[in-house]
Amino acid sequence: MKAILKLVAQRIALGLLLLLAVSVVIFAGTQILPGDVAQSILGQSATPQALENLRRELGLNDPAYIRYFRWLAGIVQGDLGTALSNGQDIATQLGKRLGNTLFLAGVAAIVSVPLAILLGLLAVRYRNRWPDKLISAVTLASISLPEFFIGYLLIYFVAVQLGWFTSVSTVYEGMTIGQRLNAVALPAATLTLVVLAHMMRMTRAAILNVMQSAYIETAELKGISAFDIIRKHAFPNAIAPIVNVVMLNLAYLVVGVVVVEVVFVYPGMGQYLVDHVAKRDVPVVQACGLIFAAVYISLNIIADVVAIISNPRLRHPK
Amino acid sequence: MNLSRIPISAWIGIILTSAFAFVAVFAQVIAPYGEGQIVGGLWEPMSAKYWLGTDNLGRDLLSRMIFGAQTTLFIAAAATALSFCTGSVLGFTAAVIGGWIDQALSRFVDLLMSIPTLIFALVILAVLPANTLTLILVMGLLDSTRVYRLSRAVAVDINVMDFVEAAKLRGEGHRWVIFREILPNALSPLVAELGLRFIFMVLFLSALSFLGLGVQPPEADWGGIVKENKEGIVFGIPAALIPAGTIAALAISVNLVADWILNRTTDLKGGRGG
Repeated sequence: MKAILKLVAQRIALGLLLLLAVSVVIFAGTQILPGDVAQSILGQSATPQALENLRRELGLNDPAYIRYFRWLAGIVQGDLGTALSNGQDIATQLGKRLGNTLFLAGVAAIVSVPLAILLGLLAVRYRNRWPDKLISAVTLASISLPEFFIGYLLIYFVAVQLGWFTSVSTVYEGMTIGQRLNAVALPAATLTLVVLAHMMRMTRAAILNVMQSAYIETAELKGISAFDIIRKHAFPNAIAPIVNVVMLNLAYLVVGVVVVEVVFVYPGMGQYLVDHVAKRDVPVVQACGLIFAAVYISLNIIADVVAIISNPRLRHPK
Repeated sequence: MNLSRIPISAWIGIILTSAFAFVAVFAQVIAPYGEGQIVGGLWEPMSAKYWLGTDNLGRDLLSRMIFGAQTTLFIAAAATALSFCTGSVLGFTAAVIGGWIDQALSRFVDLLMSIPTLIFALVILAVLPANTLTLILVMGLLDSTRVYRLSRAVAVDINVMDFVEAAKLRGEGHRWVIFREILPNALSPLVAELGLRFIFMVLFLSALSFLGLGVQPPEADWGGIVKENKEGIVFGIPAALIPAGTIAALAISVNLVADWILNRTTDLKGGRGG
């Protein structure tokens, strides 16, 4: 038990270190150009004096590494700075939106994960027969579809032609959970379709890999029914790879959410990020980028931790 | 090569992909109207005069789509080429030289890959000028991390083979080993990957343009055309679905070809039947 805790702690520490390095990369990524924030606030017609004053006020005359540590110190204390475009505090703006985004991604995950695993099991059960072939064909098609195509197809047919849902997903304070679910139904469906096929195919591959083991053949020779073999013998051994697949796709969800939020005009992090990239509002972009990366890295850590717990062989590294 | 042994799905892919490439190359000749030419009312329905109808400003949608094919395919192809050149040369170099260069490059790639590509691209595009060159550079260099991983993995295997050892013992330099010994032998897995990377680039570029951060209007590209016409969807005007569907069609047809090449190359290695 102690060994597991140590391994898990090591993995989390490594993740935090990675996050620190990522924050350096994100900060450096916005320093590529010689032009600076003062110029973009005041515009091209600003006088050199006004630029100089603003630079001093914002501390832009300090070297980049000092600005980086100032930025990092702020983040650790929960202060993400203020937006250039409207002077508002980023942390309060982001708080609500992060909640909205996680709600949307969460709903999509709750629907897509069990569905993908179930369909993956079906594909293994009917391997090389028509359900399996159908699943393969659909997968090939769906990894080629851009997110906005699925989104607009759903809007066009389900929202406009059938009128079942609204085409714009507005959420606001004081909505009941039912209203909220109704509002995110279409974006969540889009996200589900985006990740479902991929997750299904990888689940199928993971289980098939296990199915070729000797103990499965033994179980078959004992005369256990095909579904029981999958449920009792194959599935427990496939948990680690499946969790990996699920986490990989959830991480993908976090990114896919950006485009889907824009399609459905959903007030989440992605929409916020895209708006401020267009406005060249660097502090907001840095903050959003860091949060997205943090969620992505955390999901990967969770996948590794579950793999360590579910697979005894990983607990005793040589 | 025996043409009759090419499966039907690969044929569909090859024909569609070549059709897209043909349209892209000869856009100026094929397109019935100019790229930015306003020819009719807003969102006119499909007709004999305007095959796909008109767009949000009254431009001929078919002409926009044809010019869009040129922009989209050109940028995606350029970015793929950049990604492959950078990624494979660095990957081979890391594998051949090894040591701290390998460690430094590999850890740096790990670091870049721990940030979602789209998010990092958005962060960088917030400060860079919006033009075609920037797009190609950002997309190509960010994606080269994946090519780096693949080519390094392939090259590490080849690097220990006898003929490479022989070349090193007779005193060939790194450049010879990389380009004359390893590159020819690593080509088939890389070619199979090429198609997949190209699709990824098309989807990536379309997503950026759809978000308004890729190709800037009035220049047409498929993601941008979706963005321009998206308001029409709510009124039941399907103009935005056409470019979106075309992106999907291109991606599927390239996928079909890539799938076939992938199967062929695994055959060469003594893989499963065929």
